Order: sequence, then structure tokens, then C-alpha cells
Amino acid sequence: MKELKNRENIFRFILITAIFLFYPALSLAQSNSCIDCHKELEDELLAPVESFERDIHRQFGLSCTDCHGGNPAEEDIDLAKDESFKGIPKRFQTPEFCARCHSDSSYMRRFNPSLRVDQEEMYWTSEHGNLLKKGDTKAAVCTDCHNTHGIQAATHPKSWTFPWNIPQMCGRCHSDKSYMEEYKISTSQWDDYKESVHAQALFEKKDLSAPVCNDCHGNHGAIPPEVTSIAYVCHQCHPSAADLFSQSPHKTVFDELEISECEACHGKHKIVPPTDDMLGTGEKAVCIQCHEPDTKPYQIAFRIKEKFDGFIKKIETADNLLEQADREGVEVSEPKFRLTEANTALIFARNLIHSFSLEEIEGKVEEGEKVADEVIQAGEAALREAKFRKSGLIVATCFIFLLAVALFLKIKLIEKKTPAK
Amino acid sequence: MKNFIKTAFTYLDARFLLSDIAQFAKKKKVPEHKHSFWYYFGGICLFLFIIQVITGILLLLYYSPSIDSAYESIHTIMGKVKFGWLIRSVHSWTANILVGAIFIHMFSSFFMKAYRPPRELTWISGFFLLLIFLAFGFSGYLLPWNELAFFATRVGTDIAGTLPVIGKSIEAFILGGPEISGATLPRFFWFHVAILPLFTVIIMGAHIILVQTLGMSKPIGLPEKEIKEVPFFPNFILKDSLGWMIILALIGVLCVFFPWEIGQKADAFAATPLGIKPEWYFTFMFTTLKIMPSHVLFAEGEILAILGFMVGGLLWMLIPFLDRNAAKEKKSPVISLIGFIILLYIIIMTALTYLHPRL
Repeated sequence: MKELKNRENIFRFILITAIFLFYPALSLAQSNSCIDCHKELEDELLAPVESFERDIHRQFGLSCTDCHGGNPAEEDIDLAKDESFKGIPKRFQTPEFCARCHSDSSYMRRFNPSLRVDQEEMYWTSEHGNLLKKGDTKAAVCTDCHNTHGIQAATHPKSWTFPWNIPQMCGRCHSDKSYMEEYKISTSQWDDYKESVHAQALFEKKDLSAPVCNDCHGNHGAIPPEVTSIAYVCHQCHPSAADLFSQSPHKTVFDELEISECEACHGKHKIVPPTDDMLGTGEKAVCIQCHEPDTKPYQIAFRIKEKFDGFIKKIETADNLLEQADREGVEVSEPKFRLTEANTALIFARNLIHSFSLEEIEGKVEEGEKVADEVIQAGEAALREAKFRKSGLIVATCFIFLLAVALFLKIKLIEKKTPAK
Repeated sequence: MKNFIKTAFTYLDARFLLSDIAQFAKKKKVPEHKHSFWYYFGGICLFLFIIQVITGILLLLYYSPSIDSAYESIHTIMGKVKFGWLIRSVHSWTANILVGAIFIHMFSSFFMKAYRPPRELTWISGFFLLLIFLAFGFSGYLLPWNELAFFATRVGTDIAGTLPVIGKSIEAFILGGPEISGATLPRFFWFHVAILPLFTVIIMGAHIILVQTLGMSKPIGLPEKEIKEVPFFPNFILKDSLGWMIILALIGVLCVFFPWEIGQKADAFAATPLGIKPEWYFTFMFTTLKIMPSHVLFAEGEILAILGFMVGGLLWMLIPFLDRNAAKEKKSPVISLIGFIILLYIIIMTALTYLHPRL
């Protein structure tokens, strides 16, 4: 046992000595003349070295030479920039420059087998790619979205392509009026998006599954969705509403009139949280955009809204009653739980609006109303119980008070008869 | 009717010596002076204990001591059982008022030096009753198996577990394992309804017998002419009853306007809620542990504080033997000052817990 311990100690000694002896040689062998020289430079010539420190490529062991060529082992600048040296690619060369590796599946498998290798192919189908093909170098290339030397994985929260950085990243160009002037497209997308229900989910609730630009427009193959495809984009996350709409009479009419399905009522980038005011025939109602008064659809819209208002009022009444009973100290957790069933029915009914079927909506609303009625009854009973408790307390306290007064008088009488000595 | 009562009394008197007891009560005198108000807290404690027993027995009808059904049974008691809300609220409120009344009774006895000979054992038995009722509170707090109780109990038992050498064994004994589990609840229930009541009956019995046989202590230094005597029965008992009435009315108001909450069901896998703290009567110790530095010289601050409380408690119990002046019927201002500082410390630390929860 002791001998084994000694052997272990000798092995440790040799290992430590070897590390000390060979470390300078190892570090010399790993020296990189690109980094050594650029470190001594300033501004944009120093920036690549600093940014590359946090670059995903560096983490996988890649270095300057893997993209730019050259011989980093040579200390002389002319020798280092040998015939393999590629220097900085021109903007129009960038997609191909990155694709040398990123389109090579066998090469990419060594680092990240799950990463797609069709980025370049997709890029050339995109609006950006089309413009670049036509010689417009203002069109976005890889480095505009992914950064140049500080490229980080899309899963890194500081990466430009991390969900909550994407809207701002796209907005750098798309919100710049002078930059986008010649393309004659809106520059309000980022401002509109910020007010949307999706932005609320992303920025306030930190819900990373909330859609950002690329979820609707694609990323490498980014194009604006056509009228016919907008609905399919929304369907990805809202399949139930989409199915109901597809079976509704609106579907055929919208297709014939070439009205984009979801956008017609909900808007596009500024998709604000839907409210019940969007229903019916009121000022904010979207139904009256198309339906004239005194038409049957107009009547149906009115009826649906009326149904919803009644149902919501019942839920509110039930909720208020339970809150009041709760404040009064009556145990109402069971009816409170029951009320969640009515709320669930309301959610279902709201979704059913996309079917525009009065019968279906009425059926679901009535189902929920039945539950709400039961909860209202339970709430009223709870308030009666609270009242009963207070009355009981008054009676009991009066009784105790009378008893106490009687006792007090009795004590006084006794003390008068037998005073303390 | 009168004849029947007389016959029944004669029958019982022959067997239970009721006349002798009545005679004793009539002859027994209670001192009356400017501080005699504090005497009534002993009777109030007894009254509250009786309420605890009655409501506790009633709660047993519906309470189920298992982690799968304890919380639900409390829900049933509070929501479905007729007057269940009242019984549980009375039980919970009374438990808290009782601990407060015991503290008042103890400190008033301390400042009136009621522990001096021959009443040393009355003081010591009273001290044990305090410990028992604190244990009642600690074990009863977990029984509803709600989130607050679960985590507060965990904090409490974790503190016990930090004691050197025996800490882990004590913790395992209390919890029925290394942590709060399905084994803990029946164990706490067993403590709460079997072991602690048994000890209470024995010690409270001894305490009451000692009080009755030795009588009430008179404060030191009060001129004899300022001390009068009144018969225990009916004068004192009736005044005591008046106090009980007032307390009963107060409990009724509290229960109607602030019924005891049920909270959320305990979830062992949930994160400890923010600002978790034990029942109010443990908070002075809890806050002390929080503000203690991690190390004092070579000792761990927390362990030092726990040992300090243990030694302090022991000295407090032995005060009748330490206060030599009081034993000689002389004033002992130093001991009174120490008692005052302790009382002030408890009040300040308890207040700090609620006023500065992030301390």
C-alpha cells in the first residue's frame, strides 16, 4: 500500500516537472502572428482580436487562418500573408465566404452535427439574397445579423440572433428611414412590434417561444409572407383558431377577395392583445369593417357580443361575490376552483369566435354560464354565512356582556357584604 | 327537586369529600393589593387551556393526520363542517393568546418575585408548562400541512439540527427521519394529542395543587396595611370568571373577523417562500439567529446563540435558587433589571421580525 502511494507521488512529480519544462515550448508553438500583430494595432484593426475572444468559432478551436488563410506561424508580415491569404471578403462575397464551411456537412459535423447546412442556399432565395444577386450591397449579409468576429451561438442570450435581440437587430436596418428609403417599404415594424401581444410575451414574460421577426418571415430565407401565406404563418402557433377559420364561411370569401385571413382583424406587426371589444357592432369592433348594419352577419355579430357580455358579467359577479366572501373570512376555495371552469369555457368560447358560428359559441357560453350561475349561488350562500356569523357574534357578545354585568354586580354585592380585610 | 339535589350531594359528598373541598375553598384567602390584577392571568391560562382541550377534541372528529389528507381535512372543517370554521379558529387563536398569557403570567410572577420560597417548585413547574405549550404550538403549527407551516417547521428543525453532537439525532427524532416527510406529520400529531397533553395534565396538576396549597405570593416590600385578603370562593373565582368572559368575547370577535387561514398545501419540492418565519412566540430566537455573525471567535454564531438560549433558559428556570435576596424577603433590583432587559429583548426582537423581515 505504501509502495503504491510512493509510486503515485513520483508520477505526480514527473507530471508537474514536465508541465513546467514544456509549457514555454508549447506556448511558442501555439503563437499566432495575426493576433500578436493586431493586438499592437488600434481601432478597427484591434477590434477583431478583442471580439474574437468571445466568438463561438474560437470556442471550437478555430482561428484567424481558418477563415482568412495565411500562415500565422510566420512572424514576418509578408511571409504570414502567403498565397493562401484571403484577407477581408467583399460584402457580396460574404455568403460564399461563410458557406465554405457552413455548407459543408462533413466539416460541420465535427463541431455541431445538429446545425443546418443550407443557410447559403436559403439565403439566395431570400429578399436579401435576391438584392445582393442584383448587386445591391446594402442588402443584409451573414455578418449583418451574426456579427463579424464576435459571433455567438443563437442560444447565447447576448447573441444578436437570440430571440429577444432579434427584433432590435432586424430593426437596425428596417427602422432606418434613410437606409430603407429606396426600397419603399414601411419602417414602422419594430415600433409596431413593440406594442404587440407577442412583444409583451417576449419582453415582459420572458417567453422565448413568443414569435419574433424570423418566426414569421424566416431567417436565412427571409421574405415577406404573401397574402395567402400570412394565415399559414399564424397557423404555426394558433392551429385551433386557424382550423376553425378554415371551416368558416369567411375562408372562401377572404380567399376570393384576396384578404389576408388573420391580418384583416388582428393586424400584422402591431398585433395588440385581442379584447372582447373587437367583437360585435361597437366602435372598436372589427366585424363592422365589412358588415353593413341590417345584414344578417351584422345581427350575428351583435348577438355574439351580447352573449359574451352577459357571460363575462356573470363571471365578474361570481368573482366579486367570492372575493367579498373571502374578505369576510368564509372559506370559498371550492367555488373559486369551480369558477376556473367558467373561465376555461370563456377561453374556449373566445377561440370559437374564429368559427363565426353563433350556435357553437352560444353552446359553449351557455355551458360556462351554467357553472357561473352555480358559483354565484355559492358566493351568495357564503355571504349569507358571513352575515350569519356576524349576527351570531352580536348575540353571543350581548349574552356574554349581560353575564359579565351580572357577575360584576354580584361581585360588588359580595364585596359589600364581606369587605376585604 | 331540592330534595333530589340534597340527596345527590350527600351521596357524592360521602364518596368525594366535597364538603371538605368547599370548606377549603371558603377558608382559602387571596391577597388583594395594587398588583393583584396580575394574579388573574393564571386563571386565564387555565381557562384558555380548557378551551384548547374542548376545541381540540372536536377537531379530532374530522382531522386526518396524513400528508395526503391533512390539508384536505382542514378544508372540510373550514368549509363543510357546521361551525367547523369556528372550532378551528377558536383553537388556533386561543393557542396564540394562551402562549401570550403564559408569558404575561410568567413575567408578572417574576417581577413580583412569586418564585421565592416556598414557591420554587411552583415557578419550575410553570416554566415546564411554558416549554410544553411552546411544544404544543410548534407541533400544532404543522398539522394543517400548509406551505407556511411546512417551511417554518423545516427552519425550526434545521436549527435544532445544528446543535453539536446531538443535533442531528434530535432532528431525526422530531422528524421521524432526516427531513420533513410522511413520517413527520403523524409524529407531530402524536406529540400534540397524546404525549404533550399527558405531561400537561401531570405538571399542570402539580402547579395548581402547589398554588392552592401554598396560596398566592405577596409582593416584597408592600406594606402590610396595603394588603387585604378576600375569600378565594366566591370573590376571587367570580372576578376570575369576569376575566374569562372578556377573553371569550375577544376570541369570538377575532374568529368572526379574522378566521384562521388555511394557506396553500405544503409542497416539499417547492422553493421556500420569501419571508418565511416561525410562529410569533419563536421569532425573538429566530431573529437572533439571523443577526448573529457566522462566527464569534472560534465558535459558530448560530450554535453559540442556541447554546446561549439553552443556558439562559436553564438559569431562568433556576432563578428561585439564584435570587438569594428575594429568598430572604429582600428586594433584588439587579435580578429585576435582568428580567426587564430580557423582556425588552424579546419585545424588540419580535417587533424586528415583523418590521424588518429582510433583516
